[in-house]
Amino acid sequence: MRFGVVTFPGSNCDADCRWVLREVMGFETESVWHEETDLAGLDAVVLPGGFSYGDYLRAGAIAATSPVMLAVRAFAARGGLVLGVCNGFQILLETGLLPGAMLPNLGARFRCEWVRVRVERTDTPFTSRYRPGEVLRMPIAHREGRYYADPATLERLEAAGCVVFRYEGENPNGSLHGIAGIRDETGNVLGLMPHPERCAEGILGGEDGRRLFESMADWIRTKRREAVWQRS
Amino acid sequence: MRRVRVVIFLKPGVLDAQGQAVATGLRALGYEVEDVRVGRAVELALPDGADVEELCARFLANPLIEEWRVEEG
Amino acid sequence: MAEVVTGPKLRLFPEEVAEIRRRLGREPNPVEWRVFEAMWSEHCSYKHSRPYLRVLPGEGPGVLRGPGGNAGVVEIAPGVAVAMKIESHNHPSAVDPFHGAATGVGGILRDVLSMGARPTALLDSLRFGEGPRSRRLLEGVVAGIAHYGNAVGVPVVGGEVHIEPCYTQHPLVNVCCVGILRSRDVRGAAAGGPGNVVLYAGARTGRDGIGGAAFASEELDAESALRDRSAVQIGDPLAGKLLIEATLEAYRTGAVVAVQDMGAAGLACAAAEMSARGGVGMRIDLAQIPRREAGMRPEEVLLSESQERMLLVVERGREEEVAGIYRRWGLLAQPIGVVTEEKVLRVYDGDRLVVELPPELMTGAPERRVPERPYAPPPLHLETLPEPEDPAEVLLRLLRAPGVHSKRWIYTQYDHLVQINTVVGPGSDAAVLRIKEASPLGIALSVDGPGRIASLDPWCGGAWAVCEAALNVACSGARPVAVTDGLNLASPEQPEVAWSLRRVLEGIADACRALGLPVIGGNVSLYNESTDRIYPTPIVAVLGVLRDVARAVPSGFRHPGDRVVLVGALGASLAGSTYLKEVHGLVAGAPPAPDLGLHARLVGLLVRAAEEGLVRSAHDLSDGGLGVALAEACILGEIGAGCDLSLQRTRVDELLFGEGPSRVVVTVPGDRYETFCALCREHRVPVQPLGRVGGDTLRIRLPRGGLEIGVSDLREAWEG
Repeated sequence: MRFGVVTFPGSNCDADCRWVLREVMGFETESVWHEETDLAGLDAVVLPGGFSYGDYLRAGAIAATSPVMLAVRAFAARGGLVLGVCNGFQILLETGLLPGAMLPNLGARFRCEWVRVRVERTDTPFTSRYRPGEVLRMPIAHREGRYYADPATLERLEAAGCVVFRYEGENPNGSLHGIAGIRDETGNVLGLMPHPERCAEGILGGEDGRRLFESMADWIRTKRREAVWQRS
Repeated sequence: MRRVRVVIFLKPGVLDAQGQAVATGLRALGYEVEDVRVGRAVELALPDGADVEELCARFLANPLIEEWRVEEG
Repeated sequence: MAEVVTGPKLRLFPEEVAEIRRRLGREPNPVEWRVFEAMWSEHCSYKHSRPYLRVLPGEGPGVLRGPGGNAGVVEIAPGVAVAMKIESHNHPSAVDPFHGAATGVGGILRDVLSMGARPTALLDSLRFGEGPRSRRLLEGVVAGIAHYGNAVGVPVVGGEVHIEPCYTQHPLVNVCCVGILRSRDVRGAAAGGPGNVVLYAGARTGRDGIGGAAFASEELDAESALRDRSAVQIGDPLAGKLLIEATLEAYRTGAVVAVQDMGAAGLACAAAEMSARGGVGMRIDLAQIPRREAGMRPEEVLLSESQERMLLVVERGREEEVAGIYRRWGLLAQPIGVVTEEKVLRVYDGDRLVVELPPELMTGAPERRVPERPYAPPPLHLETLPEPEDPAEVLLRLLRAPGVHSKRWIYTQYDHLVQINTVVGPGSDAAVLRIKEASPLGIALSVDGPGRIASLDPWCGGAWAVCEAALNVACSGARPVAVTDGLNLASPEQPEVAWSLRRVLEGIADACRALGLPVIGGNVSLYNESTDRIYPTPIVAVLGVLRDVARAVPSGFRHPGDRVVLVGALGASLAGSTYLKEVHGLVAGAPPAPDLGLHARLVGLLVRAAEEGLVRSAHDLSDGGLGVALAEACILGEIGAGCDLSLQRTRVDELLFGEGPSRVVVTVPGDRYETFCALCREHRVPVQPLGRVGGDTLRIRLPRGGLEIGVSDLREAWEG
């Protein structure tokens, strides 16, 4: 099982994601440079948090045009798992791999704190290890996390069960419908604002993020087994 | 060569949190302000036949949340 | 400040002008005069403070790089080292709070980077005046620190903010950066190896910040806020982030001999300092420098303080390999000269020689001795002050006071979790970080700067700063190992200020010696005055080491039934206290001098007690004294406590709100209490049992009456 973590100029959670995947979870993990066009051999791609290209136009907008995102688009179309965390989520929105857009937080300030997040669906490759409706403690750290989509898109997202994580209690950024994370309609692309890699070790104050990575690993193993079955 | 300025704002229906923060600051200073909106301006020099609208829609602005106007000159 | 000379008006003292002519043996040209003006400014040369800085103990076990470099480095375990440094950006932040603070962060990150370390954490120490204008400055500074720190991915893990009227015209913005490295990767900034290549890396050079070094050394006058806007640089955190990654990658080639940030006085200062440290010279061609604007004059290129630029010395023949790394990260990299054996810095503009100066002369501004005048604090007549009728109301009022009140609105704007090392973040006595590469090792960091105490007694303020920061670190269970300091004062040309500079440093030095702490680096910011003068403000950051980071001790109460115990100095004083200032509007009295021997034993006790798992929480008593400390421990732990002070004979305000060094509230599980007391006796540290943890109120019995406040009401006052 191989994970790839993309480094854009200005990514700053790429090393954190690699640490958790490699040292905490024990997965084979490699760095993927933003100019990479070949993702062969990877089972999952992580777009990490940070300020890609300084977020100078809009958060994630410039990174969305980089060569690796063409490869990620093709990778997702082939059914590969794509996880976008924070700035990675913003990049997924800007590329159109997920619907909607991010606006500056209500209050217009950066917010870094632990929040509560409810798991809305457990039948996804990213959440199978959680219990339905389970409330997780996870850290957020962003200035542009107010999820926005037009009413029709929102309705479609809700109807198709694409809202995977929702803020519980206080909505920290004014996100519509309290959305903290969504998946695409095929289900193998997930974006979320909270940082699962920041809560994967007890010493850092919480381990709720760990099961997200375990879920991905389960799904990859199952897929592999199915592939072997089909071949034999 | 053609010079244009693209001015980009959030669509009227989208809450402008930065604009609100600026309005709060101005009011704290004692200024009477009814509304503030914060946008950004991009100046471009490009070939005469360039499709500015397309470039705005694809990259400079996000049509989901933003609108823009192109000023010549 | 000064007169000068021929040609353009220069900011140099007449005797300095004469000294330059004498030592050089000729008349410098106009470009060279500009270089001297910048290099011999207080900001670059420390000419007023150097005579006093010698009292600081710079050496100690584990010190790999002491003062004088870009940052200090200390080994904290075999093979593992920490680089640290404080830097002020006071004047730029007064003029443009957002960009001034942001570029301050960028500069200090690159100082730590240049020692071979990855910048791992930031702490900020801020001082502002009262009123809406000061509040806007504070918000701008916080936004600027967040803007740069968040994007560059270095967490702000701690800090402090104090509000005093004396900082209204002169806010203080001091930032401490800490980096982690392997001991064998430590670097210096000494150029060496004649024939080696001088490589320019990072962003382009523009006209920003011209004269910044001289600007930082001048008293700000009323109009300068507008006039000097051009002297403030704009930072680019994206370029700053890329520079960190590219430079760390460049180190791994083994071809990099030395690195320095081009900060104050830009290229001129970096080239001169690197050459002087290495005992070599350089030949540099300004025509090779990548520029942002046309028509820049040689002195503008030499002295530009454009941000995100580093100067490297690279082994001859490997410059393209190193340059290629920077280019891959989207940065500029350009060879601009060579190292020469002859100790002369020769700067050409194409074919034309524009500067020809010995580096030692450029970096060798003579020390200035200035007259001193001691002063005594205004006396405090306690007998004239009524004791509070309602201590509960006073406690709530102190929790709302700006120095005590929760700083949550500030630190939630900082990403304090990135790099996933933060075990204890902002809002506690000390920040605690794990070190991934050396598990279960951890470090603790605290920054402290009691300006009000230093204004009353500068020696006491200096000593107190070290004691408090060290005690905060020890409360978390870490053994203090090193200090970096930032001194902020008014004009040293005022005799009282010169005296306070001496006394503050003596206080720091005495406390560091008593605690066995080396001062591995520091910063001095002078001329923080115009119509009013800031308090002498020593800001001290202490680094501590935890053998097992999982044993870090929190500040808040945790477990019902635990004993609440006061350890250390049992008495305290209202002199210079927060209570006196907030309730009576007084800053007066002689603050109690720390008992440095007792303090060292208390620090030792806390570290032992944490390692043996005897204490469940530990919280240092500082602003607001025992009353506030108990309230904070309840709030942080979300649990109440009952304490009995009814047998005490002091005034109730002194008892509850008196302040003094060397005092800690700890909680101890009931079954460990005897063991803990035995440990206290072994360390000869006094102990006073206060009560027990439990309930949802803070209850204190006093000699007459008492108080009881719900923890939620305490929180409301402290955080609301």
